Amino acid sequence: MAETNFRKAIRWMVLVSNDQASLEHGAEDVFRKFQEEIEACGLSEEVSLTTISDVGSREDLPLVIVYPDAAVYGPVIPEDVHLLVEEHLVKGKIVSRLLAMMHEPSPDVAWLHSRQGSLPAQKRIVLERAGMIDPESLEDYVLNDGYLALGKALTQMKPAEVIAEVDKSGLQGRGGAGFPTGRKWSFVVSAPGDPKYIICNADESEPGTFKDRLILEGDPFSIIEAMTIAGYAVGARESYIYIRGEYPLAYQRLENAIQQAEAHGLLGDHIFGRNFNFHIHLHAGAGAYICGEETALIESIEGKRGMPRARPPYPPTFGLFGKPTVVNNVETLANVPPIIRNGADWYHQFGSPKSVGTKVYTILGNVNFTGLIEVPMGITLREIIDIYGKGMKNGAKLKLVQTGGSSGSIVPASMQDTPMDFESFRRAGASLGSGALLVCDEHTCVVDLAKVLMQFFRFESCGKCTPCRIGTQRSYEIICRISEGKGLLSDLDMLQRLGEYMTEVSNCGLGQTASTATRDILKHFREEVEAHIVAHICPAGVCPVAELSPA
Amino acid sequence: MSAEVDQLDIASVVDKAIGEHGATRDAVVPILSEVNRAFGYIPAQALPEIRRRIHEPEEGVFLADSHLFSVASFYQMFSLRPLGRHVIRFCEDAPCHVMGGRLVIQTLQDELGIKPGETTADEKWSLIMTSCLGICGVGPVFIVDDDVYGNVTPENVHDILARYQ
Repeated sequence: MAETNFRKAIRWMVLVSNDQASLEHGAEDVFRKFQEEIEACGLSEEVSLTTISDVGSREDLPLVIVYPDAAVYGPVIPEDVHLLVEEHLVKGKIVSRLLAMMHEPSPDVAWLHSRQGSLPAQKRIVLERAGMIDPESLEDYVLNDGYLALGKALTQMKPAEVIAEVDKSGLQGRGGAGFPTGRKWSFVVSAPGDPKYIICNADESEPGTFKDRLILEGDPFSIIEAMTIAGYAVGARESYIYIRGEYPLAYQRLENAIQQAEAHGLLGDHIFGRNFNFHIHLHAGAGAYICGEETALIESIEGKRGMPRARPPYPPTFGLFGKPTVVNNVETLANVPPIIRNGADWYHQFGSPKSVGTKVYTILGNVNFTGLIEVPMGITLREIIDIYGKGMKNGAKLKLVQTGGSSGSIVPASMQDTPMDFESFRRAGASLGSGALLVCDEHTCVVDLAKVLMQFFRFESCGKCTPCRIGTQRSYEIICRISEGKGLLSDLDMLQRLGEYMTEVSNCGLGQTASTATRDILKHFREEVEAHIVAHICPAGVCPVAELSPA
Repeated sequence: MSAEVDQLDIASVVDKAIGEHGATRDAVVPILSEVNRAFGYIPAQALPEIRRRIHEPEEGVFLADSHLFSVASFYQMFSLRPLGRHVIRFCEDAPCHVMGGRLVIQTLQDELGIKPGETTADEKWSLIMTSCLGICGVGPVFIVDDDVYGNVTPENVHDILARYQ
């Protein structure tokens, strides 16, 4: 390994918010004061001082967050800094007088805040380091087991052994489809064609999903390391990270991580001094939901409209520039280094036998606590809502949960005890999808929800194939009609049929799943939809149903 | 916003983008992004300029202006016409909708007097619908230029807009 001067472990990490509003309220002075005080107390070696920009819209800016306690202070003025350094950093006591109200935490702060023991069953593999290390420091990453896996793979394992280990771990793709990762890699190895490519799919555009963003922002080196391992395993020298254009911070962090890894001989030519070369290109998208579909993503990298290809052939045989290509989701890749480091047997202790490992979920909607969690596979919705969501907001009743973003299933409250793993959900006719859990209370109208979802697909359909292009438009028109109280009962059959056509004959996952929510709503909440049509009533009081004229 | 963009400016922006991303097929979207960032939109004159500079003879790729136009018109972050001085991007997907986004977008439209996709007559504001911004934990969310606002309510829309000149 390149000689880096690894000093002793950092004891505290101090983050000062530096978004626009914080800067207006003197965040810069607070930061400078921290620099002075930390220096004055001789703590420079043990405290990592850095900034955080995404703390959401708040009144109490600037915020100062101190890890590992995850104490959030705000608003902090320069005069407070001396006390904070003295009490918290020197004596290790939280200054409760200066703590911020955490009633509306931003996603970053929220899940970091929760890390200190308040959420018992969380098991972090993927998010192990996120929030605990300085994401811009290779040093921090290496001090926390970083690059052990790549070192082990390159020095002790043959490429085939790496694939065998990943295969044995049972790791399944976390992008939504759940395809076994090891098998995908071995397809690429045996596919004829050279060069081979690795692509990290970081085009996380499923509404409600931001797990990949937090992995990339919090632990970017882990993805660089995982891709390098994948490259070694399948014999690829070139790779791409396709990151959506809406994630500027994640882009910067990755750019920095790639530069640092290259500077230390962990990426580029002769990695670890061996005869193994691997390069990563960082490629930003420009706003298109469809580019999360792997062949559309490949087209987009090739400088075209992001329209999915006809398959087969699939990317493992005919991918980027027509060459064998591995496309893996960010979360999938993040599982690879711990598996290589600790072995497949270790990985099997998490989750259920058929769905191994953990899953990262985002909890959203009408719960008291929104944010990101990583839990073992097989946990139930009831547990997630009660333990991690801290119950329903305002004590309202749970009506439904949409799992997996806009293309995901609608799970009614009656099914909330189904274990959440690939197997059980498949049996229940639902999909786990991307891990977004949109919790809706009794004030949600299913017709209104279906309308918003179909509007989304109508807007995002790339227009290449007819069933999707026309089907989403027609479905949207019908749902609009129903929500205005002008629908007919026969519309429901039409809606159902359109959905079936789209599912059966659309070219890609977008069209195939666009009607999932509508189908589930008709299955579980048909009476409510019919109420709009027959009685011109929106039971939840949301839809603008035409009022009945007094006869 | 002046509709006239200097050809020299375009050439230098394209030059810089190609210097950074290369002149290959996989640089098309990044180059368009740089142009869009520099001018706030992609001026029509930029397309032939990019076409002239990108070629990959061994792959037999011929990049026509129409190809570049088709790419530029596909992605939501690109605009083919000038936008207002401030651009509001609003996410109307289900997570934000469930948290009250419907009333927020209505308030935005009322305050600005424009519909999604339009620009105000004084060219101060453009309102654009965007898909999920990935900050759903604090929905409803919108972005003004590069500033992110979360937990927005109809009541604080006015105050947020008042921050911009």
